Amino acid sequence: MRKYIFKRLLLVIPTLFGAAALVFIMLRLIPGDICEIRMAGDGGYFDKAAVDTCRGEMGTNKPMLTQFVSFVWGLMRFDFGTSMWTGQPVLTEVALRFELSLQVAIMSTIIGVIIAIPLGIISAVRQNTWLDYMVRGFSIAGIATPAFWLGLMIIIGLLVSTQHFLGTPWMPPITYIPIWEDPVYNLSMLIWPTVATGYRYSAVVTRMTRSALLEVLREDYVRTARAKGLWEKVIIRKHALKNAMLPVVTIIGLEFAFLMGGLVVTEQVFNLNGIGKLFIESVLNNDYTMTQSLVMLVVMIFVMVNFAVDIGYAWLDPRIRYN
Amino acid sequence: MKSIRRKAVCTALAAIAFGISAAGSAGAQTPKRGGILEFVVPDEPPSYDGHREGTFALIHPVGPFYSLLIRINPDNPSSLTDIVCDVCVGKVPAPTDDNTTYTFKIRGDVKFHTGEKLTAQDVVATYKKIIWPPEGVRSQRRQMYSMVESVNAPDDSTVVFKLKFASNAFIPALASPFNWIYQKSVLDKDMHWYEKNINGSGPFIFKEREAGAFMRGERNPDYHHKGLPYLDGFKAIFAKKESLRVQAIRGDRAAIEFRGFPPAARDDLVKALGKEITVQESVWNCGISFVPNHKRKPFDDVRVRRALTLAVDRWGGSKYLSKIALVKTVGGITYPGHALSPTNEEMQQIAGWWPDIKKSRAEARRLLKESGADLSKEYKFLVRGVDQPYKIVATWLVDQWKQVGINFKQETHPTGPYLNILRQTKEFDVSTDASCNYVVNPLVDVTKYLSADRSSIQYGQFIDRDVDAAYDKMIRLTDVKEQRKLMLDITKLTLDTHANQFSILWWHRIVPHRSYVKGWKISPSHHMNQHLDNVWLDK
Repeated sequence: MRKYIFKRLLLVIPTLFGAAALVFIMLRLIPGDICEIRMAGDGGYFDKAAVDTCRGEMGTNKPMLTQFVSFVWGLMRFDFGTSMWTGQPVLTEVALRFELSLQVAIMSTIIGVIIAIPLGIISAVRQNTWLDYMVRGFSIAGIATPAFWLGLMIIIGLLVSTQHFLGTPWMPPITYIPIWEDPVYNLSMLIWPTVATGYRYSAVVTRMTRSALLEVLREDYVRTARAKGLWEKVIIRKHALKNAMLPVVTIIGLEFAFLMGGLVVTEQVFNLNGIGKLFIESVLNNDYTMTQSLVMLVVMIFVMVNFAVDIGYAWLDPRIRYN
Repeated sequence: MKSIRRKAVCTALAAIAFGISAAGSAGAQTPKRGGILEFVVPDEPPSYDGHREGTFALIHPVGPFYSLLIRINPDNPSSLTDIVCDVCVGKVPAPTDDNTTYTFKIRGDVKFHTGEKLTAQDVVATYKKIIWPPEGVRSQRRQMYSMVESVNAPDDSTVVFKLKFASNAFIPALASPFNWIYQKSVLDKDMHWYEKNINGSGPFIFKEREAGAFMRGERNPDYHHKGLPYLDGFKAIFAKKESLRVQAIRGDRAAIEFRGFPPAARDDLVKALGKEITVQESVWNCGISFVPNHKRKPFDDVRVRRALTLAVDRWGGSKYLSKIALVKTVGGITYPGHALSPTNEEMQQIAGWWPDIKKSRAEARRLLKESGADLSKEYKFLVRGVDQPYKIVATWLVDQWKQVGINFKQETHPTGPYLNILRQTKEFDVSTDASCNYVVNPLVDVTKYLSADRSSIQYGQFIDRDVDAAYDKMIRLTDVKEQRKLMLDITKLTLDTHANQFSILWWHRIVPHRSYVKGWKISPSHHMNQHLDNVWLDK
């Protein structure tokens, strides 16, 4: 087992290096210059010499190789550098947003799981009944509906309905206060985006739960349990569900990791100052240091999650180690 | 359906009329003290240094922390010439020594937020940083001050600007909303200090910033304009998405957005909130234009370029585009209505501005035929990937050109790649372009249309020594009539005779805001009149 873990750990190094090289090159392939965006973006008058000074400040006038070595050397020391746009350390900028993104990810996961597991079970157990069709319709709609569109509809719905019933339009707050400072304010802001993203999340997990459970329910040991005369509830809960949960847990983990940086549009719709919003802004501004650091952070999260999953699989199924 | 639309339009007009009357009567009301003004800002400031940035995203949240030497009159910001003292005493001084010396007396009661007194030495250090930045220090607008020979402070309350030549462009350039007064002692220690820190002498004191979220300022009790500001503070909330900013005003999460909304957003807000919304509108000191690439065939031929401008129905476009985009006023290369700008009658003599569009298009077709341009080809039209107003106006333009038989394919890119093509690779036949300026100062604003080796923001790659010569002569004149004549020559050369680049329409600034926001008046630029010292809340 130790040898297996060591080998997996060693594989992490070339993976990270490859990702670093890829993100560095791909970002430089996107045409555009942060200095020109900053000065010419507004269409106003600007001094040409200022662009050169700006490039000197940003380091974009240095040779590519120097920039790459400096980036990788920084990564090795966990120094992600400073944002080219704001001049603040990348880690400070990320830390500011991490709390909000984490809370949204946790709340969405809770909403998603609370809805998805029971619906997935009902749908599998009552396969091909009207209940199954309803759940399947609900989950397909969830996958097909973009979370940002649902978010927009929620905001407009709130504004229109509150104006109609209360006389004054109300919408969720647009600036964040941590939950321990003002829980009511915090939840009144974050419940809506988590409903919007949690719905899609629940749809994915519902479908996975349903198909995994259906597969397990056809196994020989379930037939044996039924032949023994066990109650159907006991068969589902104790024998089938536990075994069906392995792929479901994997999906939940991957979706959670995605939510940490992938709510690019939903965060814009609700004005959530999260990592997804930071991501899109850094790309639009050609802020190389911020974008490549964020990509590397996400890569690291995924590599670590995958590593943990691999170890978990090896622990659960010893055959994996020997292969 | 028609009646619903008519009703909506009537409601909108009624509310606008109410808004205008409410804004007009605001002067008669006694301002109330207190309250926090919450407003939305579509972007975030890249740094805190006004001298090196050029975005409104810096002016809106950070401008209220600073003072200027002179500024546009906050009670009359729509005027193009009403410039008043901020930290100087009395009126803006008249020039002496053949109009080459300006002597400003500095107030004795201005304090930085740290408590130290602001003196003439601080003003001099500020302007030296702006006009002659040391190596490694960026100053975005330093060439606006090419007429300045020296800035000195003979004593702590006097600042003297000496010019190389008399220039009417000097005072408007000095009133730039970015020329925040910094402290000399801080600059002496570190020229970059103001990039990441704030220490002004403005009506509000910096309280906190949460990157990506908001900035807060609170009332400066020692502000030099006594009795001001009225507000206890402000909160600038950064919100990128336009729909969210509109909904934020509707849901009263913000009272105003100072940049400007398209007409549809104004109509939605007015329809939803009626008299709770006031709308202020103005011609915007931003113009959208198109620029042919003079180095590419067939656009190196003046006849083809003239055909392009002749095909465009600006007068009709103003009527219809203004319903869906933030453009409206027909004008030339200088702000419509300014003393140096041509009148409508004068503009109508210029090709492309003729009132008879049939005649224009017939001439365009004739010129295209005469030039032998390949009309079977589809040419590349570079468009900035921003809806308002670029993409909307670009779609309309393609149709206008099609009507004279020349076909364009739009290539839309986000701002970064768009600027890269425009400024570096130059791989376009015709491109959208814009010019957005601060204090209306045509003498500086038209530098965009000088030859490529003299203008860093001219993208057509043309060299026009006639325009350069006329400009060089004009900039050294002080007689407005003479200047106006030369400005008309430059306009005709640029738009008609040499057909270098073509303005389409001027932007139209629409600011719908909660009616309880009083004292703030719209100006021609979203960079100006943002100190918020005379703003109050009628709640």
